[in-house]
Amino acid sequence: MLAYHFFNPELYNIKGCHRLLSTEFEPMIATENQASIKGGEFLIKETEAAQIFIPEEFTEEQRMIAQTCQDFLDREIFPHSDEIDSAKDTSLMESLMDKAGELGLLGTSVPEQYGGFGMDFNTSMIVADYIGAAGSFAVALSAHTGIGTLPILYYGTEEQKVKYLPKLATGEYKAAYCLTEPDSGSDANAAKSRAVLNAEGTHYLINGQKMWISNGGFADIFIVFAKIDTDKNLSAFIVEKDFGGITMNAEEHKLGIKGSSTRQVFFNDCPVPVENLLSVREGGFKIAVNILNIGRIKLAVSGVGASRMIFNHAVNYANERKQFGTSIANFGAIKFKLAQMAVKVFATESASYRAGQNIDDAIQSLIAGGMPEGEAKLKGVEQFAIECAMLKVHGSEVLDYAADEGVQIYGGMGYSAEAPMERAYRDARINRIFEGTNEINRLLSVDMLLKRALKGELNIMQPAMAVAKEIMSIPDFSSDEEEGLFVTEKKVLRNLKKAVLMTAGAAVQKFMQNLQNEQEIIMNVADMLIEIYVAESTLLRVEKLIGMRGEEAVSLQKDAALIYLHEAVEKVNSAGRAAITSFAEGDELRGMLMGLKRFTKIDPINLKDARRRIADHAIGENKYSF
Amino acid sequence: MKILVCVTSVPDTTARISFTDGDTKFSKAGVQYITGPYDDYALSRAVELKEQLGATLTVLNVGEADAEPVIRKCLAIGADDAIRVNAEPTDAYFVAEQIAAIARQESYDLILMGRESIDFNGGQVHGIVGEMLGIPSFSPVMKLDIEGTKAKIAREIEGGKETLEASLPLVLGCQEPIAEWKIPNMRGIMTARTKPLRVVEPSGSDSLTKVQKYELPPPKGACRMIPAEEAETLIGLLRTEAKII
Ligand SMILES: Cc1cc2nc3c(=O)[nH]c(=O)nc-3n(C[C@H](O)[C@H](O)[C@H](O)COP(=O)(O)OP(=O)(O)OC[C@H]3O[C@@H](n4cnc5c(N)ncnc54)[C@H](O)[C@@H]3O)c2cc1C
Repeated sequence: MLAYHFFNPELYNIKGCHRLLSTEFEPMIATENQASIKGGEFLIKETEAAQIFIPEEFTEEQRMIAQTCQDFLDREIFPHSDEIDSAKDTSLMESLMDKAGELGLLGTSVPEQYGGFGMDFNTSMIVADYIGAAGSFAVALSAHTGIGTLPILYYGTEEQKVKYLPKLATGEYKAAYCLTEPDSGSDANAAKSRAVLNAEGTHYLINGQKMWISNGGFADIFIVFAKIDTDKNLSAFIVEKDFGGITMNAEEHKLGIKGSSTRQVFFNDCPVPVENLLSVREGGFKIAVNILNIGRIKLAVSGVGASRMIFNHAVNYANERKQFGTSIANFGAIKFKLAQMAVKVFATESASYRAGQNIDDAIQSLIAGGMPEGEAKLKGVEQFAIECAMLKVHGSEVLDYAADEGVQIYGGMGYSAEAPMERAYRDARINRIFEGTNEINRLLSVDMLLKRALKGELNIMQPAMAVAKEIMSIPDFSSDEEEGLFVTEKKVLRNLKKAVLMTAGAAVQKFMQNLQNEQEIIMNVADMLIEIYVAESTLLRVEKLIGMRGEEAVSLQKDAALIYLHEAVEKVNSAGRAAITSFAEGDELRGMLMGLKRFTKIDPINLKDARRRIADHAIGENKYSF
Repeated sequence: MKILVCVTSVPDTTARISFTDGDTKFSKAGVQYITGPYDDYALSRAVELKEQLGATLTVLNVGEADAEPVIRKCLAIGADDAIRVNAEPTDAYFVAEQIAAIARQESYDLILMGRESIDFNGGQVHGIVGEMLGIPSFSPVMKLDIEGTKAKIAREIEGGKETLEASLPLVLGCQEPIAEWKIPNMRGIMTARTKPLRVVEPSGSDSLTKVQKYELPPPKGACRMIPAEEAETLIGLLRTEAKII
């Protein structure tokens, strides 16, 4: 007998699990209303198209903001990319930040009462998306507006906000974020920097060494993480450059984003007034984690902007470059690449803005429930921390795919610093490393999901048990009786969810708390989750679009959703197989592989033709045209 | 001081051009619309003059409701209010008539627009508006300064530049480098929705022109290089193939 209990409460000793075990069996898939969508729930609940936000619903104002970002890059960044990357000092970058500040691009998330524009979360995603194409500048801007400004916005006292936010919103002050140290990168809480209260009790004296600090070379304000005395956990401080005791190493020589300032920063008895402690003592790690959640989803969508830019160059080059007497765009091998890039960008857009709106909705419902705005914003994002981590991984990997194929389409010119692909390829790579490496984010996605299940916040166990039961029963060979748009595709998605529930459930049962030593399996599970989330987002976007514009008008988008789904099925299958074969044996192995096969079944379609339709359209338009 | 800037909503410069209705209508499907680039120069200079002189700045568009995003972008860039004459801008005379009708009611000191739209590139509206209002018009204007009731203008002419002075009111068709295009900032974008946009119905005659048929220019053929010493070949080709001599 196979039993796939997802969790064993005895071993986890966590309250709430017994309640989980004793509840009645419910049908696996329930629908929900918009306000009640919770992070991570996509795995066990079916979302309806009407419940998700799609980029086609951007308001005129949001489109104007996107255009402003695009115009800014076209005018101030792209013509100067070489200068920016080879600058001997930071003055050019500073002046570009000032210009972005004049346009208001540094203050989108800052509330109006602190000199910003108080725009909602998804609007700030648009800025991240369109500025994302700007390589070095994009990193400078996001470090300033994200990890540099948000800790004060979300955790600052009223005095701290009034003092710093207006100047950060205009760019008069520029900010950096100092978490990483030579010996503490992924393991951020292991930082050695120390803060000690002076004898008078007026100042903390900070000592320590920070590494890889973006904007380090020109920042006026540093958010610094250090442990007070012998504390176990980090505290966070707002440090002004002029406080003294701050020195720096020279600029790092990097693979890409060469125009972004990255420095080692040393604090030598740097005196920080006690009122500049952010939040509470030992509250720093929480700040770091929550601010990184926001950074992650923004980084994902900035990868969309960068990929779109790469695509536009690539399709244009493919149209212009002639070999064997014809444009290389006429070659199927090139069309395949263009289609793949376009589909991936479309899919990542779908997932990013879906999650972005979920966050906005969560924030609004928390505010409506009486929570103060600042806290609601943090909690709203925290609710979707799983999606943020998954999207960070996905967005950065799609960008690397686009950059890699972009270079390939350019051939030799792709390898030349004369053409834009060489830079795009180098600049893309950092996204898989910072804001938590992709390994860390994969681990986190799965870890958070399991923790929520254990806490009773996500009812994963029952569906997992239902799946375990299902694979031992006779397969359901009945054909689809239901009719409607994407009925079979939705069944495929439901099955993919079952595949991950089966795999993860069995792994948890097998390894219990030792699962953390089986990172290979966790990586597989994370990959399955990511593919499901993105495929579902894409399909729902197209379903909604069909409702808005009719099927004929969005036939290419439909192609894209189907291509993505078919690829997701394959990836879920191969990741599932890799996971299952690394722990199951004998009958259990055979049973699970059969289950996997059953859950990753999809009727074949002609993917080549679908890709050609997408590529041909983009080739005709000479740009990304979804 | 009252400034009017007339703007067009035109297909993006990279739009793919196609026709419908038996090639008698331009197909708007999938086409992105932008502010006419020359109009954008006129608007940018007008915003500078507004700030410098404390003028009021109105934008006017003769167009259908789908032109409103372009109008609101002009408001975001710095115009105070906007008027849309609710009609398809069929030809230069019709459009000029609408502009003149509004201008008669409002008596502007300066009426700026692009030297030409970039859809049909007629480049006639400024001249006709000037005639209709009985005031001078100049185009293409590359430089504009206002001193009291006088405008100092630099204009591109065949093989050179003409500098002149004229009394207000004036109609000017503008082009670069009269000002640098302005990018709407966040504050402008947020205030644009609160600024008045008045929609008025067209007046005067119906359009006097009729479109028989649109045609795309033939695709550009490959370029053939003929060595300088083979002038004979070139002449031969011009006679027999191109048939132009
Ligand atoms: C250009 C640039 C800009 C940056 N900007 C900033 C900034 O502004 N502020 C700031 O504080 N930091 C910044 N960083 C630091 C960045 O966040 C870290 O580099 C990143 O978190 C990884 O830490 P690390 O370099 O110490 O790598 P390590 O933690 O040493 O990781 C090395 C490898 O081991 C893997 N690994 C580590 N732990 C685990 C684990 N538990 N399980 C499995 N695999 C693991 C990682 O995934 C990675 O592949 C920046 C870095 C760069 C390169």
